[in-house]
Amino acid sequence: MTRPLDGTRVVELGWAAAGPLVGTYLAQHGADVIHVESTTALDPFRSTYPPFKDNVVGPDRAGMFAFYNAGKRGVTLDLKQPRGVELALQLVKTADVVIESFPAGTLARRGLGHDALRRARPDLVILSSCNQGQTGPHAQHPGYGSQLTALAGFNELLGEPGRTPVILYGPYIDYIAVGYGVIAILAALERRRRTGEGCVIDLSQYEAGLQFLAPALLEHAANGTVPTRDANHDRVAVPHGVYPSQGDDCWIALSIWSDDEWARFREVLGDPTWSRDGVLGSADGRRAREAELDARIADWTRTRTREEAVGALRERGLSAAPVESVGELFDDPQLAHRGVWRRAPHAGLGEVGLMAPPFVLSDTPARADRAGPMLGEHNEEVFKGLLGLNADEYAALAADGVFA
Amino acid sequence: MIDLLDGLRVIEIAGDDIWGASAVAHAARILADLGADVIKVEPPTGDPVRAVPPFLHDRAGPDSGLLWIALNANKRGVRLDLPREVDRLRALLSSADVLVQARDVVDKATAASWSPSLITVSVTPYGLAGPLAGVPASDLEVTASSGALALAGEPDRAPVRTTLAQSPFWSGMYAAMGALFALAARAATRRGQQVDVSGQASMVTVHPPAAVHWDVANEEHHRLGAFLIGRSRVGARFRNIWDCADGHVSFAIQGGPIGRHTGRMLAAWMDARGFRAPQFTAIDWDAFDNRTLTQEQVNTLEAEVGAFFRTLTKREFFAGVIERNMLGYPVADASDVYADAQLSAREFWQETPIDGTTLPFPGGFALFDGERPRVRRGPPRLGEHDAEVLPTPARVGRGAVTA
Repeated sequence: MTRPLDGTRVVELGWAAAGPLVGTYLAQHGADVIHVESTTALDPFRSTYPPFKDNVVGPDRAGMFAFYNAGKRGVTLDLKQPRGVELALQLVKTADVVIESFPAGTLARRGLGHDALRRARPDLVILSSCNQGQTGPHAQHPGYGSQLTALAGFNELLGEPGRTPVILYGPYIDYIAVGYGVIAILAALERRRRTGEGCVIDLSQYEAGLQFLAPALLEHAANGTVPTRDANHDRVAVPHGVYPSQGDDCWIALSIWSDDEWARFREVLGDPTWSRDGVLGSADGRRAREAELDARIADWTRTRTREEAVGALRERGLSAAPVESVGELFDDPQLAHRGVWRRAPHAGLGEVGLMAPPFVLSDTPARADRAGPMLGEHNEEVFKGLLGLNADEYAALAADGVFA
Repeated sequence: MIDLLDGLRVIEIAGDDIWGASAVAHAARILADLGADVIKVEPPTGDPVRAVPPFLHDRAGPDSGLLWIALNANKRGVRLDLPREVDRLRALLSSADVLVQARDVVDKATAASWSPSLITVSVTPYGLAGPLAGVPASDLEVTASSGALALAGEPDRAPVRTTLAQSPFWSGMYAAMGALFALAARAATRRGQQVDVSGQASMVTVHPPAAVHWDVANEEHHRLGAFLIGRSRVGARFRNIWDCADGHVSFAIQGGPIGRHTGRMLAAWMDARGFRAPQFTAIDWDAFDNRTLTQEQVNTLEAEVGAFFRTLTKREFFAGVIERNMLGYPVADASDVYADAQLSAREFWQETPIDGTTLPFPGGFALFDGERPRVRRGPPRLGEHDAEVLPTPARVGRGAVTA
């Protein structure tokens, strides 16, 4: 079956999450993505970040790398050697897209800056994704996604008023930058189909993240207020919260969006006396007594399982859902129906779970059936098969440590 | 002007509820920023997002909601009373490339019969098919269904969501991505197709390491408040949000080359300020490995670091980490973000006239050949472009849509 990027080649230079996951989306949609890495400066997802198979560290035992590089071919090159850089440029000559996610200026110092890449392939689409962008006073500043998430303002909005904010799990903002990175490349390829022009894309992960906070930023600019965290309260829905149910650390989420929904909610609760107060028939009335309502609702949910409570609410067309743990997602019938979780063989890990994209294309669906490559797995295939090195040339370069 | 999607016409049909309407509006906004001609179709009563507070200058009105303003810049807008005016919708779609909708207003078969090259994108809480298709949900429930809610909050308290709804942004972003993949496919096949976006599945993408830990190590990650997990080989957790003199900062004791550099710099910073931190300043950073520290060792070091951070303001901390090229950032609020020198230097903010005032909008998400997508126009008033865009009833069926 055809896929959208059949015939498109991508060369990827980068590590951890923010660059490589861009390539994964492209690979899942048909692109031939060649991930270039180093055996001496290993990707931290191969060397540092758990989990590893049987908790034994090793570059081909790393769960994170296998997941974040699904669907790609993998080669190793020592970019500190001129022959390594030369081979990288030869690869780029065959490519439509280059993705790089090193700190601004890193590749230019190796002779792989934007100009060098475009000399190799004038109509290239280049995505440079880094923490703060390629220019500006903080362009060189190193950063991790979890802390950049704080700088953008997400954590200020997460937690209970008056208490220390809590974290968003993982490098939250990196995944926003991944999404926008894929979008930027696809839009640039669309223009290239039309005009033949390439494009250099300078993506600041920080600026990408701020897109998801635009309303809070505008609120400050317009009204001078400083939006902050407000637990689970909402500006429209009331009640709107997360309530305990039967079981250990089991919770349900529910929200009431109109007076009509409130009337139905009362019926689900069994029309208790407290709920008949006419004041509660309006959102303003409910908001004035939200803490009391939350306690009453928790009394009702606490004696029910998540399934009972959510089922009763959904039956009346109300918004409610169990708070699912990540482990539970692997058995979630809706996610299973959509084929979100896939499994693929992996020489170092046995078998790994992969994730399909959150959208389903009816006629040209994504594939998620190949785990990330072993370290240097496709060196011969790529350098001999694609670049045409003969056996002697390949052996000489290997002996010189160019594939290190 | 950014011309990446020049010539692409996108029709957005406003969603019926705030979640769906926000998600499709964000998707179409992304395409509009990239140069597509986006026409938003609202019911005569208007998009429900128009009624969402807060409002510009705290004055409620159909054009002054700040969520509305943020999501609908760069679009034109028309009113259609659907399904009564379905013929006019069909006429609009005859010249369109992409339809973005929050339910199957135009289903796959209808789209194929009306316009085989049309790409239809539907954004729903759980997807168009499956056991939860059609089940109502808002941001809170979508987030709950995705694992993301269970991972946020303090361990002995209820899980919490981000106070500004995030799942419509994620779902809208993936809808734009799906539309562009379908567009790439259309270049080869000449045919449109359906893109079915699930909010739940979109939010599953925000925490991959938790899924990998479950899959590879059968280890369930739980919410840990201000602490990070998954950095240690012996299960220790590391603080990532700290109190400071006037708010909070984000920092973690880390290993690796950058983490060790950061530790060395912090120790020197403490020393320069005459701050006593005997355990932390005694660390041999060349040999330091955060992955093997016991929780007790971590706690001892963090007590000293925490005491130091309480002597610094957010802005002192920010200036200090930039000067020393070390990891760490303040927990910024909106006022800090507007004050950030990096964003000003990159001309991120775009002064945009809105309703008699000027608002500094966040600029486009990337620079393309050095150029940032601009906010070219504010959001449309209800029905603002009816006359300009909609075919008159007599011309229905001839696809008479003007740019």
